Amino acid sequence: MSPASASALSLSGLTKAFGGLRALDDVSLEIQPGERRAIIGPNGAGKTTLFSLVSGEQAPTGGRIALFGRDITRLAPHRRAALGLARTYQITNLFPRLTVLDNCLLAVQALSPVKLHLHRPLGRYRALFDRAEALLESVGLLAKRAAPVRDLSHGEQRQLEIALALAGTPRLLLLDEPTAGLALAESQMMVALLKGLDPAITILIIEHDMAVAFELTDRVTVLHYGRVVADGSARDVRADPLVQEIYLGAMGTA
Amino acid sequence: MSGPAPANRLVVPVVVLAVLLAAPPFLSSYVLTLLTQSLIYAIVAMSLDLLLGYLGLPSLGHAAYLGVGAYSVGILTSRYGAGFGTVLPVGVGLALILAAVFGLLALRATGVYFLMITLALGMVAWGLAYRWVSLTQGDNGISGLPRPDVPLPWSLAGAIPFYYFALAGFLLALGVLWLIVHSPFGMSLVGVRESETRMRTLGYHVWLHKYLGFVISGGVAGFGGVLWAYYNGFVGPTDLDLSTSVEVLLMVALGGRATLLGPALGAGIIVFLKNLVSVYTQRWLLILGAAYIGTIVYAPEGIVGAVRRLSEATEPAPARPEA
Repeated sequence: MSPASASALSLSGLTKAFGGLRALDDVSLEIQPGERRAIIGPNGAGKTTLFSLVSGEQAPTGGRIALFGRDITRLAPHRRAALGLARTYQITNLFPRLTVLDNCLLAVQALSPVKLHLHRPLGRYRALFDRAEALLESVGLLAKRAAPVRDLSHGEQRQLEIALALAGTPRLLLLDEPTAGLALAESQMMVALLKGLDPAITILIIEHDMAVAFELTDRVTVLHYGRVVADGSARDVRADPLVQEIYLGAMGTA
Repeated sequence: MSGPAPANRLVVPVVVLAVLLAAPPFLSSYVLTLLTQSLIYAIVAMSLDLLLGYLGLPSLGHAAYLGVGAYSVGILTSRYGAGFGTVLPVGVGLALILAAVFGLLALRATGVYFLMITLALGMVAWGLAYRWVSLTQGDNGISGLPRPDVPLPWSLAGAIPFYYFALAGFLLALGVLWLIVHSPFGMSLVGVRESETRMRTLGYHVWLHKYLGFVISGGVAGFGGVLWAYYNGFVGPTDLDLSTSVEVLLMVALGGRATLLGPALGAGIIVFLKNLVSVYTQRWLLILGAAYIGTIVYAPEGIVGAVRRLSEATEPAPARPEA
């Protein structure tokens, strides 16, 4: 399979079992380059587990993962990042005691050989600072750059999550509930931010908020008890009676 | 954390350095001795700070690297008459190698298990020093070591010249460690301390960064060990027993983790306290334990950490590099 024609992400028969519990059960997915895909499903459907398998933080029990045509099933997380994969976390995972700028610098140098330089102060690497500050500006956090991350509001921390994920100019971006816990206005800002991202970036997004999911993506995959139960356009999925029963029905129609 | 230190933060270290440079002629030989010991222990404490403070890895076996450096002096000078120019690179090199081997074992674990493994490895090193009599002369240790022969116009035999020699070694170690912790690599160590999972998905080979930090830390401690043996003119198993590792750990905790100068200050306090207290009591370890508990309970960030936190309320944080 040549990289040019390959899917951005290809999952085949992906399974993850915790003891007797199958958190993911034979999941197969093809995400095309440049596609924006939402993964929805009730709590415990296996959405975050799916992300952890793709990012390499957990090893699958079975199945195969390919990133732009390359098998990455056994690859370490940092190697996957180097291939253009980035993720954010549902439960904010930042460096809370460091400043906003330092968080960004860590992300910016992550994929550069500079990260192993120990003979010059970081302050001399002007290009890193320029890149970090440009990222902060793009998510609207430049004014907060000197603040420790733990002093940021929840909404600002979610924005910083995005900045960190974008630092390595990823080709595939996994967003785990980017609007989780945000107030309406913050949520709208986040949607605007995500809509403004480079269309070349393939994005896979876990979202609880139906309105957000349908606004950001053209295609939706529904997970239920670790299985793909529906897959299609937002309209089709909305109309699917099974989906309405197990998910939308329980939440009230979106 | 990043960028150059603000000028007002440099005032205290510069004054302290001036005092350290000017003081010797006015000090009693006893105080000068303690100050020399403090400077050498400060090197070892700062090396542990790289591990404990910056990487967040609590090692209880740091005396092993000090021991390797010290025994390099003992064995090479007593058996082969080797000079400082040979002993220094060999001592530091062997400490690096030992850390490279121990690191492979210890970094398989985290948290308290890391502590236990480093403790066990430290005991292994102590056991070798104690039992490998043909090499180390066992419990007797190796005595009668000469002062280092350095190509300087004056001899290091006297207390004052050796004090300056130790001060130079301290400044060298401080400079190297300062550069490392302020480098991109140093920043990555702090990132590992704060969130390994995030570092991994950002693209860091977390194990490699920990390993390099571990090895560098061991090498610097070995450098301290070389100076320690030259200072004492003696090396024995007590130099690397558990209480040495505990004392070094306390120096770091007391002075303030991830500050470098804090552990150096902690080294001074512990060395002076130890010598003053042991005039009155044999129960030095009891005092040490109490000091440790007191630090953890009342000043978990250590002395320098607490001072910085108080002063940061008034100090604007510059972030932009000047270069």
